Amino acid sequence: MSEIIIENLSRRRFLQGSAGLTLGFCLPAVAAGKLNRVATVNAEINAFLKIGADNSVTVMSKHLEMGQGTYTGLATILADELDADWAQVRIEGAAADAKRYNNTFWGPAQGTGGSTAMANSWDQMRKAGASGRAMLVSAAARRWNVGAAEIVVRDGILSHAGSGRKASFGELALDAAKETVPTEVKLKDPKDFRLIGKQAKRKDSAAKTNGTAQFTQDVFLPGMLVAVVAHPPQFGATVKSFDATKAKAIKGVVDVVQIPQGVAVLATDTWSAKKGRDALSVVWDDSKAFKLGSDEILAQYKEMAKKPGLIAANKGDTAKTFAGAAKVVRASFDFPYLAHAAMEPMNCVVQLKADGCDVWNGEQFQTVDQGRVAALFGLKPEQVKLNMLYAGGSFGRRACTQSDYVLEAAHIVKAINGKAPVKLVWLREDDMRGGYYRPLFHHALEAALDGSGKLVGWHHRLVGQSIITGSPFEAMLVKDGIDHVSVEGASNLPYAIPNLLVDLHTPTNIGVPVLWWRSVGSSHTAYSTEVFLDQVAAAMGKDPVALRLELLTEHPKHAGVLKLAAEKANWGTPLKAAAGERRGRGVAVHESFNSFVAQVAEVTVKKDGSIKVDRVICAVDCGTAINPDNIRSQVEGAVGFALSAALHGEITLKEGRVEQGNFDSYAPIRIDEMPVVEVHIVASTGAPTGIGEPGVPPLAPAVANAIAAATGKFLHKMPFNTAELVA
Amino acid sequence: MIKLTINGKAHQLDVAPDTPLLWALRDTLQMTGTKYGCGQALCGACTVHVDGEPVRACSTPVSAVVGRKIRTIEAVDSERVGKVVQEAWRKLDVVQCGYCQSGQIMSAVALLSQNRKPTDADIDNAMSGNLCRCATYVRVRAAIHEAAKALA
Ligand code: FES
Ligand code: FES
Repeated sequence: MSEIIIENLSRRRFLQGSAGLTLGFCLPAVAAGKLNRVATVNAEINAFLKIGADNSVTVMSKHLEMGQGTYTGLATILADELDADWAQVRIEGAAADAKRYNNTFWGPAQGTGGSTAMANSWDQMRKAGASGRAMLVSAAARRWNVGAAEIVVRDGILSHAGSGRKASFGELALDAAKETVPTEVKLKDPKDFRLIGKQAKRKDSAAKTNGTAQFTQDVFLPGMLVAVVAHPPQFGATVKSFDATKAKAIKGVVDVVQIPQGVAVLATDTWSAKKGRDALSVVWDDSKAFKLGSDEILAQYKEMAKKPGLIAANKGDTAKTFAGAAKVVRASFDFPYLAHAAMEPMNCVVQLKADGCDVWNGEQFQTVDQGRVAALFGLKPEQVKLNMLYAGGSFGRRACTQSDYVLEAAHIVKAINGKAPVKLVWLREDDMRGGYYRPLFHHALEAALDGSGKLVGWHHRLVGQSIITGSPFEAMLVKDGIDHVSVEGASNLPYAIPNLLVDLHTPTNIGVPVLWWRSVGSSHTAYSTEVFLDQVAAAMGKDPVALRLELLTEHPKHAGVLKLAAEKANWGTPLKAAAGERRGRGVAVHESFNSFVAQVAEVTVKKDGSIKVDRVICAVDCGTAINPDNIRSQVEGAVGFALSAALHGEITLKEGRVEQGNFDSYAPIRIDEMPVVEVHIVASTGAPTGIGEPGVPPLAPAVANAIAAATGKFLHKMPFNTAELVA
Repeated sequence: MIKLTINGKAHQLDVAPDTPLLWALRDTLQMTGTKYGCGQALCGACTVHVDGEPVRACSTPVSAVVGRKIRTIEAVDSERVGKVVQEAWRKLDVVQCGYCQSGQIMSAVALLSQNRKPTDADIDNAMSGNLCRCATYVRVRAAIHEAAKALA
């Protein structure tokens, strides 16, 4: 299908505050002659909205759809203000263009992450919809020669009661595009929302249930070659020499080239490329390789934890408090490296052209990737066109601070002088061993109780690599040597404890690439703080919910979700256990990405120590619930994702080599391990906050606290060591 | 030349006999609904039907399916159970990233074709070969029950 776009020439400045814009209207000369052919004629109303002569409403998504429901959410916001009929709405992934599509929370950069898609787009998409609506109304008023105020818009139809006239969006689209973009628009009163807060169905359900959804893996271009790469077995190792004779003898193999990331085998298809890669013999230079194992890394971190680190939070006088404490509770916690293991392994398609470069990708980090690819080819960023596709999951992995796999694909194209488009395919093992893990962390905590048994001091020390240092976000997120995302969730502990110290060690000698992993710092800080608090509650002889509520008087949103989850879970009532089994309930509450989530887990522990999480009751406060069903879906998924890490997830290194390669050794949970999940959403008219990630942090501590309730044993290592739980 | 019958249509493929059915479908025929997730029969993303049985296409050489009826997600709605399952999936908005869902649906259709009233344990059994990293399992289970109701 071809598309003819009627451009609205003021769109580039849309919503950037320029006053008195007038619109040009131009039909490209080439396109004009083809209007009678089968093509969609789309009027571009603004950067986020096209209306077709066929009455379609196309919402341009500046964010990646990786499963989190962003396409549907953004379209819901815009379509509501536009008063479109949900059935006429479509979504298209926008190309990279930071001027029009920057993440408004990230300054001039376009990208998706930090659960910001709805939050940063809320005003923008509302205004885009309202502005489009106003332009349709003006066009109708002009055509019908009636007052704009007399026109009613409902479900994609404009009507004028006095004259009985009616028109669809499609009938008015071309005229509307000629209207002046209003500088100010009136937004709806939330009570008038017709889609927001209701159950707008996902727009990608059809394509994702009949095999037609297009992922990067599904891109085929004429003459395209598939590349499978032999990567070094240790981080930092490089190619010393290689022999491609056998690989080149394999049918379908076209070329073998060396790139900075290893040796790439190019073939006409994936299977031939894989066979070629397996037939390569490569000698690696490991002189600069990272050669430590996980055990040695952890031992180093434990040593570091004996000394004070850089101070991330400091309140009161902890030294004095601990010196005078009547009782001190101590615990330390270990967290492994974790792979994102998105279901679609990393991949990318790159084509070099005479005047630029085309990239096809489930693109999460447009501005950064675009800049890096441009630099590699000596192009201007705008000459690199990023074509947006669905991503088969990401969990942070596709927003790589170093653009690793995107650059790898570009390097291969460069190595063959751009003679063919290339699809880089990582096999599962490449993906799992490719680094950029959630960093391994060691935490040490101590709590001081005074003579009356009151919690008066809290000291939390963390040791782990920085994700942000060396990334484009360094200036924004690293202050005085403290990487904010190393301590988030710990340095902002919500509990009213008069003396609090949080300090951090950031080792710099560890050559394992690290990256944000769904919920980033909170993926470990929520665990240590919430499990330790239960341990303290046990030492104080207090109920975990009651203690939290006592300490949360200044944090009503935490308290609100906590109370709701506890109430829905019948906290405090006994749980029935079968003979030989132990059962328990555990709770955790955590704020991340400005959203608040509490979870109560009900867990059964068998005689042999094995665990079954039976049910998880969740309460969520994420501001205005744009799409309640998607919020439930995200929280259900977050529970499963977090449970995978709690029960099984662990990337380990031995002599610098990653020991896991596929889903046998790195095992996400399967359907039989999935608990029943109940999600309760706090009613709110506040601005929407994140929901892709915030369901993750409380799960593991809630489960661990339930295990402790059942067995008396607090678990200090993730993934859980069930051998500790044998009855 | 390898002769395969896929979704009722005969195809001649110029591929080595040891080529996994997955790559023949995806790369040779560009039928991309069937997904690659692990290549080791560990994730189920590549599930297709061979004579009605769910099979992992990544670990099935084309030579093993010559003369047999292969059905993929592209034709899942060509008979009733498939259509009903697809509708249940859409009604409950099961999908998230969607990458595993072709495989989930093919496994669910195979289950419901043989067992019109699966229990939760039956579902665990039939579906535990299908990983979903987005963990849509709550809705996969609900959609199978929903489809069973519609088929009753
Ligand atoms: S790709 Fe076949 S089971 Fe994973
Ligand atoms: S929907 Fe994403 S892996 Fe299942």
